[in-house]
Amino acid sequence: MSSGAEPATGGGAVPGGRPPGAGSAPGGLASSSPLLGRAAEPTIFEMSVPGRSAWSLRTTGLPEWELEELVPLEHRRRSATGLPEVSERDLVAHFTRLSQRQYSVDTGAYPLGSCTMKYNPKLFDHLAALPGFADAHPASPTAALQGFLALLVRLEEMLCEITGMAAATLQPPAGAAGELTGLLMMRAWHGRDAGDGRGRVRRRVLIPDSAHGTNPASVSLAGYEATTVASDSRGLLDVASLREHLDDDVAGIMLTNPNTLGLFEEDIVEIASAVHDAGALLYYDGANLNPVLGVARPGDMGFDIVHLNLHKTFATPHGGGGPGAGPVAVTAELAPYLPAPRPVRTGEGGRYGYGFAGSEASIGRAHSWHGNALVLQRALAYIMFNGGDGLRRVAEAAVLNASWLSRRLRASYDIPYGRPSMHEFVASAASLKRSCGLSATDVAKALLERGFHAPTVHFPLIVDEALMIEPTETESPQTLDALARAFEDVAREALSDGAASARSAPRSTPVGRVDETRAARRLVLTVDQRPGTTSGAPGGRAAGGG
Amino acid sequence: MGSYVPHTDAEIGQMLSFLGMGSTEELFSMVPDAVRLARPLRLPAGQSEPDVRHDMEGLSRADLASRGLVCFAGAGAYDHEIAAVTPALSGRSEFLTAYTPYQAEVSQGVLQALFEFQTMVARLSGMEVANASLYDGASATVEAANLACAVTGRQGLWVSDGVHPHWRAVLGTMAQGPGRAIGRAPLRGGVTDWAGLGGAGSAGAPAALIVAYPNFLGCLDDLGSARKLADDLGALLVVVFDPVAAAITTSPGEAGADVAVAEGQGISARLSYGGPYLGLFATKMAHVRRSPGRIVGETLDVSGTTSYVTTLRAREQDIRRERASSNVCTNQTLLAVAAAVQLSWLGPGGLRQMALASARGARYARESLLRIDGVTSPVSAPVLKEAPFRLPAEPEVVIERLLEDGYLAGVAVREGFEGEEAEGCLLVAVTEKRTRDEIDGFVAAFEKALR
Repeated sequence: MSSGAEPATGGGAVPGGRPPGAGSAPGGLASSSPLLGRAAEPTIFEMSVPGRSAWSLRTTGLPEWELEELVPLEHRRRSATGLPEVSERDLVAHFTRLSQRQYSVDTGAYPLGSCTMKYNPKLFDHLAALPGFADAHPASPTAALQGFLALLVRLEEMLCEITGMAAATLQPPAGAAGELTGLLMMRAWHGRDAGDGRGRVRRRVLIPDSAHGTNPASVSLAGYEATTVASDSRGLLDVASLREHLDDDVAGIMLTNPNTLGLFEEDIVEIASAVHDAGALLYYDGANLNPVLGVARPGDMGFDIVHLNLHKTFATPHGGGGPGAGPVAVTAELAPYLPAPRPVRTGEGGRYGYGFAGSEASIGRAHSWHGNALVLQRALAYIMFNGGDGLRRVAEAAVLNASWLSRRLRASYDIPYGRPSMHEFVASAASLKRSCGLSATDVAKALLERGFHAPTVHFPLIVDEALMIEPTETESPQTLDALARAFEDVAREALSDGAASARSAPRSTPVGRVDETRAARRLVLTVDQRPGTTSGAPGGRAAGGG
Repeated sequence: MGSYVPHTDAEIGQMLSFLGMGSTEELFSMVPDAVRLARPLRLPAGQSEPDVRHDMEGLSRADLASRGLVCFAGAGAYDHEIAAVTPALSGRSEFLTAYTPYQAEVSQGVLQALFEFQTMVARLSGMEVANASLYDGASATVEAANLACAVTGRQGLWVSDGVHPHWRAVLGTMAQGPGRAIGRAPLRGGVTDWAGLGGAGSAGAPAALIVAYPNFLGCLDDLGSARKLADDLGALLVVVFDPVAAAITTSPGEAGADVAVAEGQGISARLSYGGPYLGLFATKMAHVRRSPGRIVGETLDVSGTTSYVTTLRAREQDIRRERASSNVCTNQTLLAVAAAVQLSWLGPGGLRQMALASARGARYARESLLRIDGVTSPVSAPVLKEAPFRLPAEPEVVIERLLEDGYLAGVAVREGFEGEEAEGCLLVAVTEKRTRDEIDGFVAAFEKALR
């Protein structure tokens, strides 16, 4: 609460901190929460005690120049940093307890549609920590980085073989970043030669109504207008209606194949030729690449630009929301536009086997350095472990699991598009909602109560009360059966109690249903914004504004 | 060979027969023959776990980093101490293998850690609010520019040459879509000279001024004149800060920044060949609804228990679609959790000591290097943990020679690191991990390399 405090203090007297007892110093809230149940975990700031610390740093033997001798007065920080002051033991206890309030793939099945929450092998965590990788400075001279460069070049070649493309950039750090990178290449290609030397940037990009939200957002950021194309009654893109949208102002179309309904775009060959005839390009959103590994390749389907989500298909852990990696692979014609610099094999006579190359037509850099290198490294290890046969087995088991679960759940839930689906399928709670009031959200929360993560709900937007289910290939038949029983139990119970139990679920999780409306209406985005907190955040001018 | 697919052949057979199928090939009946891959993928055969490990360890040994180079390279990626607790806690399975916290009731661990992270970033930067992370410093800078353009309705950006050259390059790449014009302000003596502005974006009032503090050459730039110029132009001020240096230098909030962005690698991750790193993004509450990425808010559950949830969701791409101002979905949450742990381990005293010890080592190294014949400084502005040196030799040659002695000597300001003022210089960074003995050994090797 003392905004003018000494920089070395500040974490302790955090507004909102509760003393453990009358007369105690503020902060220092000790906690040993019950393992399960509804006890709240205090924030780290409430555990803070002025003067307590965990840190230790190297003894350097250097002259102990004071701050005043190192930083001129006008450049010195005037306010406290407000970081918490805790012991290492309390720090470890706090974050360990937080981790126990978190569901994960390592905890159990995670059938979140379009997210491909497969098992993340421990081998790759081990490999990512090897000092030759984890301690490599990104601006090291190429002479010092031959191992890493070899790894990146090898990964690029393998991703090209898997997708049927000619060249790839590994720079984009996530799928959405890959989308924007790919669309900027589309833009550059049209602007420069468009295949016939008569370049003209086009204005529109077509997107099916079943697409991920990142697609239209990326289209806007690339300077295009998004035009939505409706799916037909099959849940697929209809060639005839696509043709109506195609004209010489359409730059391209973004497709996910199989699409977000889990359905393969069966007319893809006709779609590709119609798009190419119009002078436009096909962009492949790789979110759903898992079920076609070794089965079919985007390049053979006619796609020109392909992004991959290594944190989905190639088993790199999602980290609670990232990091990911979103490499973009392209045809030979588009290769000159790839972001630079690119890791390459150097020619005969070079001193080293690997180096970097640029291209005059490149759209430029897409990342501070070389992409999320340690994510890329894990993906390469995954491909090495599986080999071509293993990847095909991944696709088979992913489709087998989803198909089995879809067939099993047909008796309890609507499956609106009856065609055979691939790695995921979309069920609907619409009938159950009409008959007993059970919504998709209720199904999700009732599954949490039964110890499973929920599917993706209310997406894709074209299905009412959508439940998008992707079991992935790493769940055993026994786990699938247990998951199916949980789904069936939710529906059965709702029909018997008018969904009362589901609507009050979950009850056994660390917290019950969370009030999202309150969160948005009374914004508390930091500890300092809690109601009753004065504006004296240790950050100085923060609360008072600039 | 090994597989992470658990099914036995018998189970596959039973599941296929439940589906009325005779073979796995039938699972793919919807894929037209014309696009079916008629051959196996041309990839090396699958390898066992120990074989993969053996090959990867071989690749890792080809990198000199595996031999323990003493690091004096910085340029936006710093060899700061990462506590043992940081990977131990952030690497716990529950954080490592969770997806985005869509289901709040089973995601309180990640959500609360992000809420604590947001508080730390807001306090450290002196801003009112921070988001739950972006990809890296470059992407945070791009998003700050997007926010400024949305707020002001303008398309021009004035960017100091003190902003990391790679980040400026990314900004240029991402400007191609909306057609943004970028004006470039050179450095003079290590400080931005806004009067020397050039380039396409220099005409007309900009949406934002973007300045780095400390800047790419390690200098403490003049934020006061940048703020005044921004006020005169009706533009936003975006300050690129360093989360370690900020413990002892003016915070972006104290300097009146509208948006503060940073590369958070130094407080979350080992050097990792440049990724995954951590983009920090903080701003004023007035701009929170135009902010990119996920933001966690505190609320209550049905029984009144304090809970956390992602909020202001209507900003995001999955709801706003083509009208969203950012396409960010996957971000760097795991690194944000790591930063929350690392900053808690350091506390105010540890972060301050880290910044001070880095500045002490840098000053000691700087004084020693400048005593070598022919080594001079191209800048006059105050520096902290990093500084450029003009050498009587090509910096690339010096770097290569020092590699043989076990030192990563720095980064050559050239080829993608262009900045007219320090072109051809060597950028040397010193963190709190460097001891006097290491610096003395480095300086001796340096002198020998120049002979």
